[in-house]
Amino acid sequence: MGVRIGISYDPVTRIGVFVTAVAGASGDSVRAMISRDLDFGDRVTVVSAEAGPPPSGALNYELYAKLSARAIVQASVTPQGSLHVAVHDVVARRVLNVGDFAFANAAPFSTAWRMAVHRASDEIERWITTTRGIAATRIAFVRDQRLWIVDSDGANLQPVGVGGVALSPAWHPTGRYLAYAQMADDGTHIAVRDLVAGQSQRVADLGGTNITPAFSPDGRTLVFSAGDDGTDLYAVSPFGNDVPRRVTVGRGSPTSSPSFSPDGRKIAFISGRLGHPEVYITDADGTNTELLTETPGVDQPYRSSPDWSPDGRNVAFSSQEGANLQVMVINVRDRRIRQLTGDARNEDPSWAPDGRHLVFTSTRSGAKQLWVLDTESGRSRQLTRGAGITRMAAWSPRMEQP
Amino acid sequence: MHARIRSFALAAVALSAVASTACKKKPVVALAPVPVVVPFNKDSADAADAARRAAAAAKAAADKAAADKVAADLAAKNAAAVAAARAAFATPVYFDYDMSNIRDDQKATLEAKIPLFQSNPDLRIRISGNTDNRGSDEYNLALGQRRAAEVKRYLVARGIDEARIDVVSFGEERPAVAADNEDAWARNRRDEFEIIAGGNPLKLPNP
Repeated sequence: MGVRIGISYDPVTRIGVFVTAVAGASGDSVRAMISRDLDFGDRVTVVSAEAGPPPSGALNYELYAKLSARAIVQASVTPQGSLHVAVHDVVARRVLNVGDFAFANAAPFSTAWRMAVHRASDEIERWITTTRGIAATRIAFVRDQRLWIVDSDGANLQPVGVGGVALSPAWHPTGRYLAYAQMADDGTHIAVRDLVAGQSQRVADLGGTNITPAFSPDGRTLVFSAGDDGTDLYAVSPFGNDVPRRVTVGRGSPTSSPSFSPDGRKIAFISGRLGHPEVYITDADGTNTELLTETPGVDQPYRSSPDWSPDGRNVAFSSQEGANLQVMVINVRDRRIRQLTGDARNEDPSWAPDGRHLVFTSTRSGAKQLWVLDTESGRSRQLTRGAGITRMAAWSPRMEQP
Repeated sequence: MHARIRSFALAAVALSAVASTACKKKPVVALAPVPVVVPFNKDSADAADAARRAAAAAKAAADKAAADKVAADLAAKNAAAVAAARAAFATPVYFDYDMSNIRDDQKATLEAKIPLFQSNPDLRIRISGNTDNRGSDEYNLALGQRRAAEVKRYLVARGIDEARIDVVSFGEERPAVAADNEDAWARNRRDEFEIIAGGNPLKLPNP
């Protein structure tokens, strides 16, 4: 199917999209999921109207135009076990694009089945706006010191199955592996979980404290923080047996929380080398280290939790503002800082693959929960609601067809 | 049985004494008293014997109890002293917000731990660094490591072999006080000290 830019996308006045009733098994749920995915994508406006019966034959475009719909999503679950989708351009009065999304025999409402529907939503968003959606993603996080994963729409919450205290989950670029810090009485080591096999393996332990893992964008390097005196960043192969090599030279200061630039050439991280935590960037080999968040004249400088945006342009981080941490974004080139939150305590941001949405920890509803923010519109939604202190969110890459 | 034999023997000695006197002096008409066989009362002898034995046993028991009490008092005193030493050793060292340097008011706490290393040459410990929950969760793990390392450095500088000290960080994951106020934060910013080998039994330093 060829990519056609059939509808001119205007980020200010969003395109109205109507999702028709979905024929076939679990059609109502499929319609609800696609509608919600498009809504959470923050690029189109989902026209809310009674679905009526699934349309058959030629669509009455004038009718949808009266509902302020510029595009129509017409989907059906086929007897062959796939989701067939057609998107119509209401103004041009023709089909804009069609596609089939295989359920691959996945049971309805299983993770694989949901991801198939989410992938359809993401393609629909791309057909309409030219930008692919982020519905087929998941968010790993820590609740009461255990690892959990939830789908981007807040559904399908599942424990990862790691025993004991586990912190700081980080996704491998394939979405198949999670690195994390496993804490015990005698220290903390870095482990990698194969989410398909359901097995964990210790990949880095320099003794004592080994924390805050991050994968390189090519998935071949894992960087983490460890040390006897202070801590420094170390790099190791996540699937080999090589000896970790030191990246940073912190000279006894605390160092943590690495995040790669999308081209893999640079790493953002926290260092306390000035006596308080700030965000630094360095070449991946440890050379050319520089302070990124230089802000003179601040009473209580405290900046942490960097996460490099997928487009490479920005680094999101947390900054002490008065009594609370707030989520900020700094432009890597001109170093301009934009504050994105201000209500209650907000921290530890993680970018979605679209470089537009962030998931972060917030106390705005009381105890710590995860929230999603659209950095362009400012719209936010609560992602998690269950009991327990919920934090350390990591947004996955797009979950491609397995 | 012994009592009866002794009675006859006494009678025989009395007779021989009379005979020898008769040879040297004028006979004195005096008959040796007819030995009186005192009826032997076995029950009474047994009772006396038992009483003696009981008295001896009681004395031994009393002696032992006294000795035991002295020993127990000593042991209790020692146990209390060991417990006090363990508690003193486990006393945390506290830090200022976002700092890892050792405060002057915490140095006495640290100094008090050093004699126990000297009286227990096999003693090995683990220092765990902890933080309050105000900053970044992840940076707090690194800061906790720094706090533990700073105290280890102090003890090594005071002559303790570095191989005897492990350091770990729990960041803000194991608060001493689960609350959000200044007092809780102050008590959570700490290093804890745990004996992991060579402390059983714990030998107290010489006073």
